[in-house]
Amino acid sequence: MSDASLSALAAQLAAKQVSSRELAQHYLDRIAALNPSLNAFITIDSGKTLAEAAAADARIAAGQAGPLTGVPIAHKDIFCTDGWLTTCGSKMLHNFVAPYDAHVIQRFKAAGMPSLGKTNMDEFAMGSSNETSYFGAVKNPWNTAYVPGGSSGGAAACVAARMAPAATGTDTGGSIRQPAALCGITGLKPTYGLVSRFGMIAFASSLDQAGPMAPSAEDCALLLNVMTGFDPNDSTSLDREKEDYTRDLNQPLAGLRIGLPREFLAEGLNNEVAAAVDAAVAELKKLGATTVEISLANSKLAIPVYYVLAPAEASSNLSRFDGVRYGYRAPEYANLDDMYCKTRAQGFGAEVKRRIMIGAYVLSHGYYDAYYLQAQKIRRLIADDFSAAFKTCDVILGPTAPGTAFKLGEKSDDPVEMYLNDLYTIPANLAGLPGMSLPCGFDAKGLPIGLQLVGNYFSEAKMLNVAHQYQRATDWHARQPEGLK
Amino acid sequence: MKWETVIGLEVHTQLATKSKIFSGSSTAFGAAPNTQASAVDIALPGVLPVLNRGAVACAIKFGLAIDATLNRVNVFDRKNYFYPDLPKGYQISQLAKPIVEGGALKIVVDGEEKTVNLTRAHLEEDAGKSLHEDFHGMTGIDLNRAGTPLLEIVSEPEMRSSVEAVAYARALHTLVTWIGICDGNMQEGSFRVDANVSVRPVGQAEFGTRREIKNLNSFKFLQQAIDYEVRWQIETLEDGGRIEQATVLFDPDTGETRMMRSKEEAHDYRYFPDPDLLPVKLDEDWIERVRATLPELPAAMQARFQSDYGVSAYDAAVLTGSRALADYFEAAAKACGQGKLAANWVVGELSATLNRETLDITSSRISAKQLANLLKRIQDGTVSGKLAKEVFTAMWAEAEHPDFANRENLADEIIEARGLKQMSDSGELEKIIDEVMAANQKSVEEFRAGKEKAFNALVGQVMKASRGKANPAQVNDLLKRKLG
Repeated sequence: MSDASLSALAAQLAAKQVSSRELAQHYLDRIAALNPSLNAFITIDSGKTLAEAAAADARIAAGQAGPLTGVPIAHKDIFCTDGWLTTCGSKMLHNFVAPYDAHVIQRFKAAGMPSLGKTNMDEFAMGSSNETSYFGAVKNPWNTAYVPGGSSGGAAACVAARMAPAATGTDTGGSIRQPAALCGITGLKPTYGLVSRFGMIAFASSLDQAGPMAPSAEDCALLLNVMTGFDPNDSTSLDREKEDYTRDLNQPLAGLRIGLPREFLAEGLNNEVAAAVDAAVAELKKLGATTVEISLANSKLAIPVYYVLAPAEASSNLSRFDGVRYGYRAPEYANLDDMYCKTRAQGFGAEVKRRIMIGAYVLSHGYYDAYYLQAQKIRRLIADDFSAAFKTCDVILGPTAPGTAFKLGEKSDDPVEMYLNDLYTIPANLAGLPGMSLPCGFDAKGLPIGLQLVGNYFSEAKMLNVAHQYQRATDWHARQPEGLK
Repeated sequence: MKWETVIGLEVHTQLATKSKIFSGSSTAFGAAPNTQASAVDIALPGVLPVLNRGAVACAIKFGLAIDATLNRVNVFDRKNYFYPDLPKGYQISQLAKPIVEGGALKIVVDGEEKTVNLTRAHLEEDAGKSLHEDFHGMTGIDLNRAGTPLLEIVSEPEMRSSVEAVAYARALHTLVTWIGICDGNMQEGSFRVDANVSVRPVGQAEFGTRREIKNLNSFKFLQQAIDYEVRWQIETLEDGGRIEQATVLFDPDTGETRMMRSKEEAHDYRYFPDPDLLPVKLDEDWIERVRATLPELPAAMQARFQSDYGVSAYDAAVLTGSRALADYFEAAAKACGQGKLAANWVVGELSATLNRETLDITSSRISAKQLANLLKRIQDGTVSGKLAKEVFTAMWAEAEHPDFANRENLADEIIEARGLKQMSDSGELEKIIDEVMAANQKSVEEFRAGKEKAFNALVGQVMKASRGKANPAQVNDLLKRKLG
């Protein structure tokens, strides 16, 4: 059962070979067994899960099932979920039970997909290793001494360990793709605006985008069909015609032009990762693709630009966590200012406070032009590089992360070293482009390596097509960590 | 030393939309605390703002009314600061690219017309309210007002006295209520004025250091606050002191301003464009659709009243003090065909009566048609101007009657019932004159001896004898002929 794809599970449900309750119970059992060692979930509520599964079974029995009705899914704890604790990985919201559903949650509920629980994450999605979570680090299922990546580390780990057939994630600078790479699964960050941000706790509003995480590209396509669509509650949501992201999965790759950015395949890249990416290129060429070298010259500035813009937006987005209306409030304080200071000093972790301070600084009087405005200009240049590149290629290919998973604690004292992990993923966020990561091999330690695809705006179907054809020819995505109970 | 006062006003007008600027909650005033605060208004994690286009239409309407530039692309920014009644920790406002720039408003002070230029007007959301009473040392937060749409209207520092400032504020108040974008209720905070005040020696080109008086909610307080502030600033400077830039509050009980925060304590608001909202684009179609809803504006109406009805400039200004008053006047003028007469009565008797009873024109007991009925009777000589006032008073008193509103010819009824009709029968009048001349031989002789004064005494006697119903002009004619 744990090896089945979403379409296979859906087929079994439709054929009444298995019930949604049975399926949910299977995954709940696996979560009960594995979560104590992996810490992938913050909240599990089997009562709620099984009730939703029972409702899905009723829908199936009534002949009102959609394509994925009854298939359970895990949700990142960044999505407000009515009646569920929604913490965003922070002490600040350790007691916050959301009174409403995020748009993404509404869509999965409408699709009849029971929630298996809320997955662990870096605090307020700020981190690349899942070590900043107030609820403790998530362990990589391939080797529990290693990080799963972040910020959607719980989502990636739970899918890699098959504690859930799929999960939702969010990606502001690589938070879907980098953990997907480090955990050996497939994850896609859609074009900015394709998935509503309503109810998704904001980190950096102009960069945040939710997307699917699952073993395969085909699974991601099915999930994307559920998640995308116009939402009048999100002003940045795009009002465009609904697409079927599975439509091109089986198209041949003959004539596909793959862009290879010379800047992404240069110094700083781990040799084993470089070799795996080369092998993937060779595989795609066998399938009929051609390659063309491209340049994304301004992408070398992506990290500094990102660490101006994302903290700037975050410093403002996180102002609402003030202890006044909900969430954590310091138990003792002398006056209003003291209440704010103590609440935020105690409620936020070190990485969140670091970014709030950076953000407040770059927006402050006298520094705004030099940092924020300048960063916006370079952001535009980075996007222009991509536009130019897409004149000569259909999809851009490279590594997702510069290396494989690192050890817990290895980089947590060096924020800059940690930030460099998102070197290849951040440019797509800055440009608003879709990006995905898929497994393309393992290093000598047996840790997964991720291959990144970046496509033009709204080219998700094409990217999924490339990934699916690659996955038909390879079995990296089908491999599972051994030694798990 | 002679000093010159420099004043610029920032006015927060609450826009008369049904729902808030970024959420669907109601904007109605006076609901139980926090009953009109949605997930968006209380800033739950994950919520997002969605712009109410009705608020944008209000701003467009205002921009058109003052002949300003409408920025075809305007941008919402976040103004960041912490306060318990500001749920998001930032206010959504417009800084660099406001929706309205420029424009001007005409004011009249001591019969002199003056143009006050506007700097800008931008859309923003209101904060909630902090309630410091009734909570035993704690503060209550009511977020019903949070997210109410505001148009902040900023003038150039072009006013030179508190009188000019009040005239500008009144003209602005008239305009925003006239075009229907604000209910103008100052007690409920729908129209709040901040005054930037500075003084400088007469002849000096650069401005003095300004202090900002916050949140004045009546024209009286505006005038008092500025007058106090100007005196205080002049005294401070003349005593060798310096003015520090500051924000001050006016205390109506003491009539004084007091410091709220100094420049050093001022916030760094860390403005930046709100990434949750797209730039607002105004297309020509939308602007034209809004323009079509714009009523005739006070300035245009004043000019028309003068040319169409022969009304004086002063009366025209008074009559366009509110749209309701202007509409009343025009209805009366049209119904009786006598614009100037209607203006005299609306500005005179009617306004005096309304003032005495502290009523608004919208709650006048006498309708425009009923007044027109009376004015027609003055015009056709049925009643004298003097008796008409008596009729008016009687009409006002009749208001108690339940059928009152339906009786358009109320003036006629009262004139008839009380026998107040002017005497038009010259035979009857001649008889009275003969009797008066017979009873006042002395006056007759004095007049014939050349004493003009005696004639007036005779006219008075005739009027008295007719119980005011004689037509004075007719009396003059007949009396002269008989004496001649």
